[in-house]
Amino acid sequence: MAPTPVSKWAGVVALAWLIPGGGHFLLKRPGRGALLAACVAATFLLGLMMRGAFFQPKTDDLLTTVIYWGGFIGNLMAGIPYLLANWLGYNQADVAGHVHDYGSKFLVAAGLLNILAMVDAFEIATGKKD
Amino acid sequence: MPKMTLSHFEASLLFAFFTSIVLGVITKRTDRERIRYAAYCFGCFIVSIFGLSWLMYLGHG
Repeated sequence: MAPTPVSKWAGVVALAWLIPGGGHFLLKRPGRGALLAACVAATFLLGLMMRGAFFQPKTDDLLTTVIYWGGFIGNLMAGIPYLLANWLGYNQADVAGHVHDYGSKFLVAAGLLNILAMVDAFEIATGKKD
Repeated sequence: MPKMTLSHFEASLLFAFFTSIVLGVITKRTDRERIRYAAYCFGCFIVSIFGLSWLMYLGHG
């Protein structure tokens, strides 16, 4: 089977990254898009309300590098919510406490859920899924 | 932005809830299958939460 041209899915995947659920709206799947958007946004907002810290890329020993780069990429994959929070000056220090810890994990989880949504949008755009 | 303080259990429940919805939406084809799979995932999360919690409690001594 010939690979699908990049032009057919690149825009959808880019929009799905920037606006959670946006790729599905572009592909005329508003119901799924709305549910995905709501879940990613709610997870991200809960992370902010728990005062979670964003990960900053840091290179040290292997474990530190994987955790900090992984966390940073997870944060980044939330798209506009992450960029907006940064632009608006959200800058929570990494402090001790289980609520802050959960907050940081929720912020990363929002990005990971958005990656799942992006993969779904990609599969719809390339015709692997209806 | 209001600050929210949740217990371990409440935070785990919220995480399980939203993750289950996303897993249901992206993996199944019909709405009925999605609801069933989301409920199944949520159930698995709950069982894991209680199982791991008891394991940590008993392991802690």
